[in-house]
Amino acid sequence: MSLLKTEHIGMTFGGLKAVSDFSIEIKENELVGLIGPNGAGKTTIFNMLTGVYAPTEGKVLLGETVVNGKKPYQIVNLGLGRTFQNIRLFKGLTVLDNIKIAFHKDMSYTTLSAVFRGKKFWKEEKEIEIKARELLGLFNMEADAGALSSNLPYGKQRKLEICRALATNPKLLLLDEPAAGMNPQETKELMETIAFIREKFKVSILLIEHDMSLVMGICERIVVIDYGRMIAAGTPAEIKSNEKVIGAYLGQ
Amino acid sequence: MDKKVVSGYLKNITAIMVVYAIVFYLIQIKVINNYYNGILILAGIYIIVAASLNLATGYLGQLALGHAGFMAIGAYTAALFAIAVDLPKYVELVAGLILGGLMAGIFGLIIGIPALRLRGDYLGIVTLGFGEIIRIALLNLPFTGGAAGLKGIPRYVNFTEIYFLVVVVIAFLFAFIRSRHGRAILSIKEDEIAAESVGIPTTFYKVYGFVVSAFIAGVGGGALGFYQRILDPKKFNFMFSVEFFIIVVLGGMGSITGTIIAALALAFINEFLYSIDELRLVFYALTLIILMIFKPDGLLGRKEFSLIKLLNRFSKKTKIENAD
Ligand SMILES: Nc1ncnc2c1ncn2[C@@H]1O[C@H](COP(=O)(O)OP(=O)(O)O)[C@@H](O)[C@H]1O
Ligand SMILES: [Mg+2]
Repeated sequence: MSLLKTEHIGMTFGGLKAVSDFSIEIKENELVGLIGPNGAGKTTIFNMLTGVYAPTEGKVLLGETVVNGKKPYQIVNLGLGRTFQNIRLFKGLTVLDNIKIAFHKDMSYTTLSAVFRGKKFWKEEKEIEIKARELLGLFNMEADAGALSSNLPYGKQRKLEICRALATNPKLLLLDEPAAGMNPQETKELMETIAFIREKFKVSILLIEHDMSLVMGICERIVVIDYGRMIAAGTPAEIKSNEKVIGAYLGQ
Repeated sequence: MDKKVVSGYLKNITAIMVVYAIVFYLIQIKVINNYYNGILILAGIYIIVAASLNLATGYLGQLALGHAGFMAIGAYTAALFAIAVDLPKYVELVAGLILGGLMAGIFGLIIGIPALRLRGDYLGIVTLGFGEIIRIALLNLPFTGGAAGLKGIPRYVNFTEIYFLVVVVIAFLFAFIRSRHGRAILSIKEDEIAAESVGIPTTFYKVYGFVVSAFIAGVGGGALGFYQRILDPKKFNFMFSVEFFIIVVLGGMGSITGTIIAALALAFINEFLYSIDELRLVFYALTLIILMIFKPDGLLGRKEFSLIKLLNRFSKKTKIENAD
């Protein structure tokens, strides 16, 4: 069964058609690359999938559910997690609190229980404290739990943002240019992290990358867009030799 | 862990009772005379309203410029209730404050839902207009006493009442902020889009946080009426809202203890500058400018001041010194 399916979605901003007729299907445990030159419409696609924008055309399906018009937080509850091209951490908060916030939907104690520090409050807070620290531990960041997230080095900020998205327990994880701004060493570590995530969390991943060489190594399937349209889709080998793709990348 | 929590509670309760006993004693033996007692009570009201504004602005990150309006709604509701019914003092006081808070909360909901669904600083403009509308309505409604003021409110608030009301409000805010609900509110100020992307229903929490803030401001207004015994619509003007804003900025956006310190300081400074009203404005402007230059995050930033931690630190230091 497919986790995500889009049917001819499109997005128009005023007069500008940023994305048109985009259809894709992602199944369980897949790693798919979405590439294309700057301004091709990759981030816009993510924003349509996650409910930041409502597509002006077409349908987005998560499992059986049509999610057009749903709010981003509702779509998160249906199992879609994401990171942002320009890292969006809760900068003024600690690493641990960044993760805890993402566990919000797993808790249900009321304001009353919070204010009177009831049984349920302590139970759920203890549970997510443990879960959050475990999750950080998996990414070798347990020592950073108390640090302000803005004080982390760049590579770790990216890692924390991925970690935070995983805390929402997604079935499909969308990563928007996770390697942007990283040095080769950090990029290498990131690739290892992504492989580890697939193994450990059994999630599918849709990965946006600007740099082609990077996705070629790890994705089974790659989708290429240019000027808001899909120009090619296939295995890395097929993409590499596709003339339209070469043209789009040479052209920039 | 549970033992630590309990001992923390005990320490806090002890500290609260000790401070209360000391100040109460000083009032009894007239070291704190009626004049200063009055300033202390006003300071308590300032703490309540400024802390509520800190929730909306410091923690939630929404510009709110009409808290005097919520105060006024709470004050008139509580006062009219207490005048209309004939019940024991503490029943009237508690019920009046809760009613005042609820009424302010309802108005918070009415203006919060349309203004907070949009991203950006619409709330600032809306609350500013709201404060003025409330003031003018109070001047003209048939049951508020108009410009002559609402008289004959029973005095139910003295040092003891305001002290414990402050304790309840501050304890509530701390507990609220240090919970999943508080974290959701903090995340919105940090980054609304990111908050939504990890499952926080941001519109709900913006409205919720703002309504809670309005509720507490209404309670503070109620207490003001029960202390002053007379309410004058002119009191609840834009400058009054700005004073609370200054307290929040001075103390630190996102620091409740900072708000307490700044509110106490401003209540006293206000009294001394009362005779020269123009100077008051100059003073506010100057403090803000100086603050922006030297300490843009306010007195405490987002840190909290803790007497217990301070004492612990001292005792640890002495222990280490002893070990040497
Ligand atoms: N909110 C918006 N309003 C108007 N235009 C937008 C908006 N978001 C993106 N665009 C435009 O859509 C096009 C695609 O942008 P984007 O999806 O960010 O590209 P990519 O992520 O592939 O670099 C660009 O021309 C961009 O200017
Ligand atoms: Mg992009």
